[in-house]
Amino acid sequence: MPPDRTIVATGGRGKHDKMISKPCSKISRHLLATLGGITLAAFAIPAQAFSVNIANGAEPGTLDPQKTSGTWETRITRALFEGLVTYAKDGSLVPGLADRWEVGDDGKTYTFHLRDAEWSDGEPITAEDAVFALRRVLDPAIANQNANLYYPIVNARAINAGDKSADALGVEAVDSHTLRIRLSQPTAWFLQALAMTEAAPLPEHVIAKAAGWVQPGNTVSSGAFTLSEWQPQSRIVVEKNPHFHAADSVEVDKATFYPIDDAGSALNRFRTGEMDIAYSSVPSSRFAWARENLGDALRVGPLTAEYFYMFNLHDGQPLADKRVREALNLAVRRDVITDQILGQGQTPSFWYVPRNTANAPQGELDFADMPMDERMARAKALIQKAGYGPDHPLRLRLNYNTLEDHKKIAVAVAAMWKPLGVEVELINSEAAVHYATIREGNFEVARYGMVATINDPFDFLNAYADNGSASRSSGYHDAEYDALVAASTAELDPQKRRQLMTRAQQRLLDDYALLPLYDYVSVHLVSPDIQGWESNPMDVHPLRYLQESEQ
Amino acid sequence: MLIYTLKRLLQAIPTLLIVITISFFLMRVAPGGPFDGERQLPPEIEANLMAAYHLDEPLPMQYLRYMGNLLQGDFGPSFKYKDFSVTELIAQGFPVSLEIGGLAILLALIIGLPLGIAAAIRRNSTVDYVVMGTALTGIAVPNFVIAPIFALVFGVLLGWLPAGGWNGGALPNLVLPVVALSIQQIAYIARMMRASMIEVLGSHFIRTARAKGLNEGEVIWRHAIRPALLPVMSYLGPAIAGIITGSVVIEQIFGIPGIGRYFVQGALNRDYTLVMGTVVFYGVLIVLMNLIVDLLYSALDPQIRYDD
Amino acid sequence: MTSESKPYSGEQSHGAPLPAGGPNPPRAPEPEAGAAPMGESLARDAWRRLSQNRAAMASLALLIAIIVVCIVGPWLLPWGLAEVDWNAFGTGPALEGAHYLGTDANGRDLLTRVLYGGRVSLSVALVASFVSLVIGVLYGAISGYLGGRVDNVMMRFVDIMYSLPFMFLVILLMVVFGRNIFLIYAAIGAVEWLDMARIVRGQTLALKRREFIEAAHALGVRDTKIVTRHLIPNAIGPVIIYVTLTVPKVILLESFLSFLGLGVQEPLTSWGVLISEGVDMMESAPWMLLVPSFFLAATLFCLNFLGDGLRDALDPRTR
Repeated sequence: MPPDRTIVATGGRGKHDKMISKPCSKISRHLLATLGGITLAAFAIPAQAFSVNIANGAEPGTLDPQKTSGTWETRITRALFEGLVTYAKDGSLVPGLADRWEVGDDGKTYTFHLRDAEWSDGEPITAEDAVFALRRVLDPAIANQNANLYYPIVNARAINAGDKSADALGVEAVDSHTLRIRLSQPTAWFLQALAMTEAAPLPEHVIAKAAGWVQPGNTVSSGAFTLSEWQPQSRIVVEKNPHFHAADSVEVDKATFYPIDDAGSALNRFRTGEMDIAYSSVPSSRFAWARENLGDALRVGPLTAEYFYMFNLHDGQPLADKRVREALNLAVRRDVITDQILGQGQTPSFWYVPRNTANAPQGELDFADMPMDERMARAKALIQKAGYGPDHPLRLRLNYNTLEDHKKIAVAVAAMWKPLGVEVELINSEAAVHYATIREGNFEVARYGMVATINDPFDFLNAYADNGSASRSSGYHDAEYDALVAASTAELDPQKRRQLMTRAQQRLLDDYALLPLYDYVSVHLVSPDIQGWESNPMDVHPLRYLQESEQ
Repeated sequence: MLIYTLKRLLQAIPTLLIVITISFFLMRVAPGGPFDGERQLPPEIEANLMAAYHLDEPLPMQYLRYMGNLLQGDFGPSFKYKDFSVTELIAQGFPVSLEIGGLAILLALIIGLPLGIAAAIRRNSTVDYVVMGTALTGIAVPNFVIAPIFALVFGVLLGWLPAGGWNGGALPNLVLPVVALSIQQIAYIARMMRASMIEVLGSHFIRTARAKGLNEGEVIWRHAIRPALLPVMSYLGPAIAGIITGSVVIEQIFGIPGIGRYFVQGALNRDYTLVMGTVVFYGVLIVLMNLIVDLLYSALDPQIRYDD
Repeated sequence: MTSESKPYSGEQSHGAPLPAGGPNPPRAPEPEAGAAPMGESLARDAWRRLSQNRAAMASLALLIAIIVVCIVGPWLLPWGLAEVDWNAFGTGPALEGAHYLGTDANGRDLLTRVLYGGRVSLSVALVASFVSLVIGVLYGAISGYLGGRVDNVMMRFVDIMYSLPFMFLVILLMVVFGRNIFLIYAAIGAVEWLDMARIVRGQTLALKRREFIEAAHALGVRDTKIVTRHLIPNAIGPVIIYVTLTVPKVILLESFLSFLGLGVQEPLTSWGVLISEGVDMMESAPWMLLVPSFFLAATLFCLNFLGDGLRDALDPRTR
């Protein structure tokens, strides 16, 4: 790290901020100046500027789009970096820096034609920038967490494993405005992967210069906004980028992201009007209250994410017995969890891939329509057959990570299993421990939330396929399932692909390999003064589409 | 005095070494790593991450590497906040915590000392009972209850003050967190001052002063308060160190970018370098605070001299 | 308390009036200055004075009442600790369904849980205080009694311990070993013994020069016996005072850990856990915050009043 890097290079305080900020005490000024190196320069915003304040879950770990790990980061990076393809306000894919593209007949060659666009410093955005970005995302030293989404590209996997040099990647700049990508096999969801900010072209001319290149003053952007201020744990400000290719259509002049990880605090600040948008700020404990008091501001939408309990199927585990898995599945009243405990509109799920995912497979657990008393009778019989009874009760450990809602659900599920004579030990641990426990297979039943990175069933199905994360943790292995998933990935016809995926999912469900609970919903708060914010399954809400309501 | 100070600082070095070593190995034996999260990473990618942060090396190697960097004043990069070094994060968070904590202690002294003195003078009177009763209520309600109530009532429902946020340390944003943080301190200081005043007022030299015919006000002002302040003083050193790093709850509830949250978040996220950085920083802070308090102590109490 | 063991301002630091300086402390008047060995008559004398303190006696009565209710109550209530009433999720106080103080978001009876939580909170407080008491008293007594170089080394160690960021270590311990109630006992106890050790050492230093110890020495009584039979019993006054101050501190510390999500495991609960659950619901279901807060506050209130009363009663200087 260069020693002279300041935290905020071109600090800006808008007029609005200036009015309410009073001089802080001398001591803090002094300390801020000496220790923080924070400079605050006055910055004028045109009258009638449309600025948006956003309560944004947490402090970003980074704004390097290839090092991010969560939505609280991509919400910002998406405003700064435009992909070759990008998201519309409903979450569908639309042309971004590439205004058109062709896919070869074999489904293995993609040719993108870049539009005339500029970085925010006026440099042209070229196909070389796109090549640079794709090579970089697969560079082992960058250690990108979603790199596997780009493994379909020729040689990508070997490069990411450090076995080949970056030049071997099947990506080339045909000319300054034409990019060709070669895949090693047809991949149905590849365009989705390119819409991620990870794959957006990057400014090589800037990254080569500075290690801390995503800092105000150092960075340039290709998206609708530029980064103008970053005070860690305090706020991040982005301002409209006049060089953006669709700058004319962007109405937001300035947006400020506040890292507020306490949901109650975000809700409070939304209620006072300080925040215009508050992401994930309504815990289930306050949801009923919010629905009554916040009216239209409360936005509940679908989300391609699944809440389920992972079973440990390894040999010797109590859940290696399919009868036990079926019984546990039967006894859980999913509607009680979604309606009584959460009450936010989640869909009780009898499947694994969330229903609102694009191209989602069909089919469900075989007992989905069975009345509850019948289910309980069958469950009790199964548990008995598996050899458990009053003298020899089934003892299970149920792991969940620290969060009020996970606790409530675990408590309820434990109570639902009680009539079967199952004695549950609840184990709450912080996320790092929880997921390590799962990774090491050191669990019996574990809460899991799987969120799609792309709007496709791939993430879900692949997890249980050979060498997928869920397969490794849970010990689920089924050659036919693996074959179906592999076939579905390479199948380009949507109808046929869906059938393959449906068959794959059904194998998983008929094996009761996991215990699905519900399809997630997204719950956000959006001021009625803002338009152009749409709920969508990818939960992407690009700033560039927001508009001020006319009132 | 100078020699004493230097000696104390030298003595602090082994202490800090112990702190660093214990924390380093505790952190590493804790289950879970910095990259364990909702998304389970493919093995190749996880290997890349481990290598990028030298976590694939043997533990003693990592320890030596850390100590080596530390000697050069380098706390390393944060695992979670990848764009910042730990030094930068502490340099940014500490002044904020210092401001909030310092103001809270100041407020606590301004309110707590007179209350304690008044209660001691009117011992067992209504004043005493009211002051001590209120103080005890302050102690009895945890600040993670008080703070959200403040935010809701004064921030949201009444709308008098911002419900949260730092805003560069603007005065309105300071009020609620500082008051919420100081309530317990007010209570502690009032109780302590009362107790030590009572003790001093019962001592021989006060009786002598009274016997000499000084009036009560003079006795209290001239003779009683100064010695009675000593125990409060010795409380303040660690209290200041504690309050500026420890307002975790207040920082979280009011969204204040201070240093306390870094430690807790770092520990929970296994952000090894950030945790170590805050531990080392805090260790140094304690050593300095204790030293300052001891030196002040000798200034207040002429009976104590540091000649060794 | 004036130890460095409490980085968290409110949660655990507690303004006990007993002074203890930093490392190499220039001391304010320590208990050793005044507290004389406490004989039978002194104890009776102290009790007489305590019983005249109405606030302390009322606190004692209320405290006993709370403890009895927490121990006996759960047996008398119709609902179990983990029992779910599928017809009542997050309902308010009502006679119907015998949820006198309502239910939590999981349909479990709140009063039942508050009483069970009281058992946990109080037992954490008692056990942790006891751990700190045992370690602190033994350590302090041995150090003070042996004196000289041993005393120097032992107190040097305490000084080093004072410089450890203890709250951090407690959190790290919880993180390393998981959320285990016994660990909470041990971790908190291990944090709290330092002050105790200092106080007892001071007492011992003052006592060992007294005639009856010298006499025991002369009679050839073994050192261990002198420490356990003579020194510790005679230092008991300040120790009692200190314990009444440690208990509330520990209760707050436990609730703070709970707030951070490091509290006891479900279905067990504690006042701290219940309060942090209630804070989320304070607008829509205030009883979920108020009930456990009331129990916690009342207990701390009583313990503090009692502690003050005890100090006044036991400390001859305040007569």
